[in-house]
Amino acid sequence: MYEFPLLTLVIWLPIIGGIVVLASGDRATDISKWIALGFAILTFAISLGLWTGFDAGIGQMQFVERAPWIPTFNVEYYLGVDGISMPLIILTTFITIFVIIAGWEVITYKPSHYMAAFLIMEGVMVGVFSALDAILFYVFWEAMLIPMFIIIGVWGGPNRVYATIKFFLYTFFGSVFMLVALIYMYFQADSFSILDFHDLELGMTAQILIFVAFLLAFAVKVPMFPVHTWLPDAHVEAPTGGSVILAAIMLKIGGYGFLRFSMPITPDASASLAWLIIALSLIAVVYIGFVALVQQDMKKLIAYSSIAHMGFVTLGFFIVFTIIRNPEVAGGAVMGIEGGMVQMISHGFISGALFLCVGVLYDRVHSREIADYGGVINTMPWFGAFVVFFAMANAGLPGTSGFVGEFMVILATFRADFWWAFLAATTLILAAAFTLWMVKRVIFGEVKNAKVAGLQDLDRRETLNLGVLAAAVLVLGIWPAPLMEVMHASVENLVAHVGECKLPASEAADCVLAVPASVAGLTGQP
Amino acid sequence: MENVYLTIVLAPLLGAIIAGFFGGRIGRRGAHSVTIAGVGLSTALSLLVLARFIWGDLPVYNEAVYTWMVSDGIRFEVGFLVDRLTALMMATVTFVSLMVHLYTIGYMADDEHNWPHGALTGKNSYQRFFSYISLFTFSMLMLVMSNNFMQLFFGWEAVGLVSYLLIGFWSTRETAIFANMKAFLVNRVGDFGFILGIAAVGMYFNSMDYAEVFAAAPAHAETQVALFGGVSLMTLICILLFIGAMGKSAQVPLHVWLPDSMEGPTPISALIHAATMVTAGVFMVARMSPLFEMSETALSFILIIGATTALFMGLIGLVQNDIKRVVAYSTLSQLGYMVTALGASAYAAGMFHLMTHAFFKALLFLAAGSVIIAMHHKQDIREMGGLRRYMPITWITALIGSLALIGFPAFSGFFSKDAIIEAVGHSTLYGSGYASLLLTIGVFVTALYSFRMYFLVFHGTPRMDEHTRHHLHETPWVVTVPLVLLAIPSVVLGWLVIEPLLVTNWFATGDWNPIVVAHDHDTLHTLREHWHGQWAFVLHGMTMPPFFLAMGGLALAAVVWWFTFAKNPKIDDQLQAMGGPVTKVLQAKYGFDDFNQKVFAGGSRMLGRALWLGGDRAIIDDGVVNGSAHRVAALAQRARHLQTGYLYHYAIAMIVGLVGLLTFFVVL
Repeated sequence: MYEFPLLTLVIWLPIIGGIVVLASGDRATDISKWIALGFAILTFAISLGLWTGFDAGIGQMQFVERAPWIPTFNVEYYLGVDGISMPLIILTTFITIFVIIAGWEVITYKPSHYMAAFLIMEGVMVGVFSALDAILFYVFWEAMLIPMFIIIGVWGGPNRVYATIKFFLYTFFGSVFMLVALIYMYFQADSFSILDFHDLELGMTAQILIFVAFLLAFAVKVPMFPVHTWLPDAHVEAPTGGSVILAAIMLKIGGYGFLRFSMPITPDASASLAWLIIALSLIAVVYIGFVALVQQDMKKLIAYSSIAHMGFVTLGFFIVFTIIRNPEVAGGAVMGIEGGMVQMISHGFISGALFLCVGVLYDRVHSREIADYGGVINTMPWFGAFVVFFAMANAGLPGTSGFVGEFMVILATFRADFWWAFLAATTLILAAAFTLWMVKRVIFGEVKNAKVAGLQDLDRRETLNLGVLAAAVLVLGIWPAPLMEVMHASVENLVAHVGECKLPASEAADCVLAVPASVAGLTGQP
Repeated sequence: MENVYLTIVLAPLLGAIIAGFFGGRIGRRGAHSVTIAGVGLSTALSLLVLARFIWGDLPVYNEAVYTWMVSDGIRFEVGFLVDRLTALMMATVTFVSLMVHLYTIGYMADDEHNWPHGALTGKNSYQRFFSYISLFTFSMLMLVMSNNFMQLFFGWEAVGLVSYLLIGFWSTRETAIFANMKAFLVNRVGDFGFILGIAAVGMYFNSMDYAEVFAAAPAHAETQVALFGGVSLMTLICILLFIGAMGKSAQVPLHVWLPDSMEGPTPISALIHAATMVTAGVFMVARMSPLFEMSETALSFILIIGATTALFMGLIGLVQNDIKRVVAYSTLSQLGYMVTALGASAYAAGMFHLMTHAFFKALLFLAAGSVIIAMHHKQDIREMGGLRRYMPITWITALIGSLALIGFPAFSGFFSKDAIIEAVGHSTLYGSGYASLLLTIGVFVTALYSFRMYFLVFHGTPRMDEHTRHHLHETPWVVTVPLVLLAIPSVVLGWLVIEPLLVTNWFATGDWNPIVVAHDHDTLHTLREHWHGQWAFVLHGMTMPPFFLAMGGLALAAVVWWFTFAKNPKIDDQLQAMGGPVTKVLQAKYGFDDFNQKVFAGGSRMLGRALWLGGDRAIIDDGVVNGSAHRVAALAQRARHLQTGYLYHYAIAMIVGLVGLLTFFVVL
């Protein structure tokens, strides 16, 4: 199994699929759609091999593929996954299927191009999650922007140009600094391998600069306050499928970046700046919670809700530094990171499903305004049931996946600081308030107007889409253990890694993290 | 036994799934048959478990069913703890639920009339209702049978979800969908405290398991937490957990959702908002008694909150005219009694009252529902009167329920309420004097509002319109049989169980004692030491102030709303006018609703708009993002003028620059 280039296949199969779909053209529309669906399902099926073949007992990279790419600069085609990236890859291949299905009858303008863009996007995103070479990562990272840019720019709403430019500039702005940081580290490590970066010894100034460069790149993607305003605009203009991919997967790349780059490469800078990330995360939970409450556009509301939920992810990651530095607290670091991870996966299902729900209404009424609806459940009872279910999951109801991550992060945050946990727990009230108020106005009540009165309930395609996602939300909520098990070893590995001081011997006195035994011997530190 | 317990929990869930997803296919008959079969099986097995605890030697069961997840060494499991405390709750919950299932057949029979014409939601509403109440039974059983905090929270929120679905069951009614959102959000305020309490337990005990936490608790008796200038860990945990209980069990100031929850169909008011779900907080605190016993501060807090709820919510009941709302305020008040008992460490008495209340309050609600059916869904007691002649079974059972509620000697409520008042009287904690006084006055108020309603509904001359009066008749047997079956325990239950529950500590099985009471908190000791059987207890009770207060309230109600009302039907309005400002305050429900609506709901919306338009739009977008774009553009506009393309412009610029540089160097 290890010999077989499974990751390469999962990356390139959908990209090739995308090209085939493009070539098939739009003359016989259904053929291109079926080809696209076939490739999406096949890719998902193959990616399951990553799950079944994964050895949960080890925290190291698995399914490693390594070949020289640009030997002059030591750039390699270097792939591999651990328990952190593997679930995210499967999430990607899983969600793509629903995006393809969701666009089936709705996209009438060049559907083959639309499907192709999503397939290519899928391959590129898997590439981001599996690249272990910094340049390869960067190429995938930037390449991801292109299909998304096209998806919003071509199939988007009336104000799509503003949204695409904002989206592109924001994310591009962030990533340029990351490139500088990567190149700097290349000169230090004489390698572009991310794992070599993990072992670099870096002075505090260098660490801070690198951390800030990464922060700019990842914070925009997550997105964190105050660089979040591109997301509501992008969502509003994006077609349903674009919103789903954006919310379900692209945001996770920011969270993944913190785990793969910022925390292990610059643990000392992370530790000294953790307060900033924690503060921004809590602002995301509380401030954005209030902002979400007053949104009048359903997509904007869900977009803001995404920002608040992603605040839990970054919160869970960065409280680790407070916990490991406090000798009185036993444990909690692993729970924080695992909680953040589960939150990412769960948010992929829930936000994806909620955007699909908005899409269902938009396809029928062509409005996203809450005020244009009311009493939808009278004409669409099954749809109403799904919306209430996903809304409850969004509000973190136990038994749904939305609860697991929130619960773990609150439990872990309590170990770091009571008041942080206090602020984080306000999401119980805020998330319920903004979600259920929307449900009340859109779903319940008397039929508000003739358009609502004429609505048709879900067709089979839509029922299938929402039904599978609902099942995923439920399964993960009732039995998260299998997901946790594949993550344990890698997360423990990571926590051990970020708990060690990376400063050179000359600055060892500034170490707030544990000094590794090897270094301690050299410098005479206890 | 694992299979038995699993069956008890899963049978109602299965029924709910079948009725919910295939309701259209199996029809009404199929839906109520399958859910009643599920809940019936649960009830039978629960009673069997209880019987084996009473007459057999069933051991305590405490096992995990499966591991939900493991993280950082903490095992999060789904499992059951079934001891005698649980068995009692299981029997109460499933029995009341079964009665409500039966009753619903009659109550919801013509539910299609409650929906606007053509609404698809009205199509299978009957089946959906059965699905929800079975789902509720499942959730409530998960809550009471849990052996750990995580699953407790699951059940806690799951019952909240079903309550949300059922309050808003008639989803086209604006009042209903306002009430259900309000209920969920207010409960979430409580859960906010609850989850922080669970997080505190997780941090200091590294476990979610009750037995492990209770065993380790004494070691943390002296642990201090550096919060609010130093507070004991146990006080922090207990108060946080109790905030959860305040939401679920509707204690002041988180009580505001319960009266509004009456927008839901009456069967669920009986099942969820009277007998079972709202008592979850009481059960939780009793279950956590090993923790609560370690914090006198928390107990005092509970005493004060509970007693305040008991009296002041009862007072509102005096000015209500909606039959369901009178019963709802009575429920709030009775929940206050139970909670006060917990604060006095009389957990057993609190559980005892929970149980008796479950039966007589479910009975009162179902009787009210029976009246509502007969009255064609009119609920104003001022338009009733004389119903005893038309509905004899409803009348007698409602009378029994009311007598049990006011604590008429030998009725079930008499025993439990007297036990609570006596226990609170023996408490020496801060606030116990206040609590004792309020509870005693509350007895009078209870009798007054209960019998005001009773006389206005069942006695005097009929005041409804001719059409309604013409159609008045007793409700069908599916409605009256549950009334009778609930009336029986409302009379005899107190007599039967007071001795085991309060005197001989039946709860303890071997060395497992779920209800732990510290020696100097033992407020029930006098009752135990002077126990000479039920007769003696009744006779002793009849010499005490609560008895005279209850009889006084009953007599006053009879004088005013029976005798005087017959001659002067305006007496009720006149009395309320006489109350003046007091009546106004009571009718405004002390202003809680207005305050919440203005400050919390309105304030949040205002804050949200301010942050959105001021923060996101004005500062971030227009200020920084588009601002910098504009500034770049403006700068480029200006810079453009420099590149005119005329050679002499460049030449002049060069010369000026050269001169400038030279000057710079020379001066230096």
